[in-house]
Amino acid sequence: MSGGMKQLDLRRFPGFFAITLACVAVLYAPLMVVAVYSVNESTSITRWGGFSLAWYADVFTGPESPKFQRAAMNSIIIAVLAGTGATIIATSAAVAMHRAGRFRAKTATFALINLPLMVPEVVTAVASLIFFTAIGFSGGIGTILLAHLTFCIPFAYLPIAARMQSISDSYEQAAMDLYATPREAFRLILLPLMRPGIFSGFLLAFIISLDDFLITNFVKGAGVETLPTAIFGAVKQGIKPNIMAISTLMLGVSVAFVTLSWLIGRSGQKTQ
Amino acid sequence: MAAMAPGGASGSDIYKGNAVKLLLPTWLVIGVFLLIPVMLMAVYSFLTKEFRGGVIWEFTLTAYDQFFLNRGLFGDDPASIEWTYIGIFWRSIWQAGLATILCLLIGFPTAWFIATRDARMRTVWLLIVTVPYWVNLLIRTVSMKFLIRDEGPLNAALMWSGIIDAPLGIINTNLAVQLGLFYSYLPFMVLPVYAAVERYDFSLSEAAADLYASRWTILRLVILPVVKPGIIAGCILVFVPSLGAFLAPDLLGGAKSFMIGSLIEEQFKGAAGNWPFGAASAMILMAIVMIVLLAYARSQTRETRT
Repeated sequence: MSGGMKQLDLRRFPGFFAITLACVAVLYAPLMVVAVYSVNESTSITRWGGFSLAWYADVFTGPESPKFQRAAMNSIIIAVLAGTGATIIATSAAVAMHRAGRFRAKTATFALINLPLMVPEVVTAVASLIFFTAIGFSGGIGTILLAHLTFCIPFAYLPIAARMQSISDSYEQAAMDLYATPREAFRLILLPLMRPGIFSGFLLAFIISLDDFLITNFVKGAGVETLPTAIFGAVKQGIKPNIMAISTLMLGVSVAFVTLSWLIGRSGQKTQ
Repeated sequence: MAAMAPGGASGSDIYKGNAVKLLLPTWLVIGVFLLIPVMLMAVYSFLTKEFRGGVIWEFTLTAYDQFFLNRGLFGDDPASIEWTYIGIFWRSIWQAGLATILCLLIGFPTAWFIATRDARMRTVWLLIVTVPYWVNLLIRTVSMKFLIRDEGPLNAALMWSGIIDAPLGIINTNLAVQLGLFYSYLPFMVLPVYAAVERYDFSLSEAAADLYASRWTILRLVILPVVKPGIIAGCILVFVPSLGAFLAPDLLGGAKSFMIGSLIEEQFKGAAGNWPFGAASAMILMAIVMIVLLAYARSQTRETRT
C-alpha cells in the first residue's frame, strides 16, 4: 500500500495477547503451585516451611513407597506392552488403508479404528467391565492390558496415517521394478520412511495408556493398582505432600516425552 | 516434501489383496474388546438387577422406567416423571456447554494470537500450550483441587492481600467443577482453532478493510465464518469429554454438583450398585453423544458440498 493512510494491522486484535497470557497462566498455575509445594519442608500442605527434598525421598523410601513403586511398575509395563501392541496393529492398519487400493470395508474399518475416540470414556469403562465379567475374566493386569490395547489403537494410528499420507509409493514401485519382493519393499523402503510416524504413534499411545484412570479403575479388579488409581485412592484420603512430589515427577516425565516427540517430529520433517 | 504420486499415495494398491490380512488384528481387537462390549452393555440395560451387583438374565424395561418415571416408594403409585436423573443429565449438559463456551472465549484469541506469530515463535507458543495437555488428567485435576481448596494457596493469597476475609468456598460447588472442566479441556479448543486460523487467507481481511470494514466487523463477518469448521471441531472436542467427565465432578464437586460420569460409576461400585440402571444411563449418555457427532458429520458434508 502506498497511500498516506496508516495501514491497519489486520493480524492484531486488541486484548488477544492479554487473553493468551491469561490462558497460559490458567494452564500452568495449578501445576506450578503443586511443584512449589512439593519441595516444602513442612508436613502441613498449607504452610511454607522452607525448601526441602524430603517428600521426594519419601516417595522412594517412605512407608507408602512400596505401594507407589509397584503401581508405577504396573503402569509402565502396561503402557509399554499396550503401546507396542497398538503401534504394530496401527502400522499394519495404516499400510492397508493407504496401500491396498479400494476395498469394500474401507469406510467401516475407518469408523471402527475411530470408535474408541467416539465412545465416551465412562461408557467404554462400563462396557469393558460388563464384557470381562460376562466372559469370566477376573480383573487384573490382563484385563487392564486388553482394555488399554484397544483404546490406544486410534492414538497410534493418527500420526502413522498422517505420515503415510505424505509418502509416495514411487520409491516402493522403483524397488519392485528392480526385483524387490513386496516384503522387501516394505521392510527396506516403506518401513524406514514411516519410522517418525511410528515413533510418534508409540509415544502418543504410551502416554495415553499411562494417563488413563477411569477405564483402568473399572476393569482392574481388587488388589491391582496402576499409578493413577493408586494416586486417586490416596487423594480420596486427603492430599498429602508425597502426592505432590509424585505429581511433580510425573509432570517432569510428561514434559520430557513431549519434548522428545517434538524433536522426533522435527527430525522427521527434515529427512523428508 | 516428497512429490505426491499421481492419484495420491492413498490410492496406491501395492498391497492389494492383503487388506484382510493387514486389518484382521484391528478388526479383532476393537471388535471383540469394544464393539461387542458396547452391544453387551445395551443388552444388560434390559436385564434384571442382581442384588450383589451383576444381573439376572430376565428381560425387563425396569432400568429405563426407573430413569424416567417415578412410581412411588413401593412402585404402585401412578407414574409421574422422575426428575432426579434427568436433572443430573441436564446439569451435565449445562456444565459441558458452559465449559465449551468458556474454552472458546479464551481459546479463540489464544489460537489466533499463536497462529499470527512468525514460524519460530509459533512452535514455541504451541509447545507451551500443548505441554499441559500431556500431563496426566488426574494430576491436573488434583492440582486444581489443591489450588482452590478453602485452605489452599488461592484463598491464602486473596486473604493475605486483604481482598477477602474468609475463604471463597469454591470447592465442592458447581463452580469448582466448571473450573476443572474448563482447565482439563482448554487445549482441545486451542489446537483445532489454531489449525483453522493458520490456513486463513489474510487477503480476505485486506479486501474487507479496503471496503471500510472495521477490525471487529472483519472478525464477525469474515474471519469467524471462514474458521468455523475449526471452532466447531474444538467445541465437540471439549463438549463430548466434559459431558461424561468423571474426575472433575468427583474430585472438585460435591453432592449438589453430581454429573453423569459419577452417576454411572456409582452403579458399578459394590453391592449398592445397579448394573442394568448403570448400563441404561451409559446408553442414554452414548445416545446424546452420537446425536452430537452425527449433527457434526452432517454439517461437515453440507460444508463440503457448498
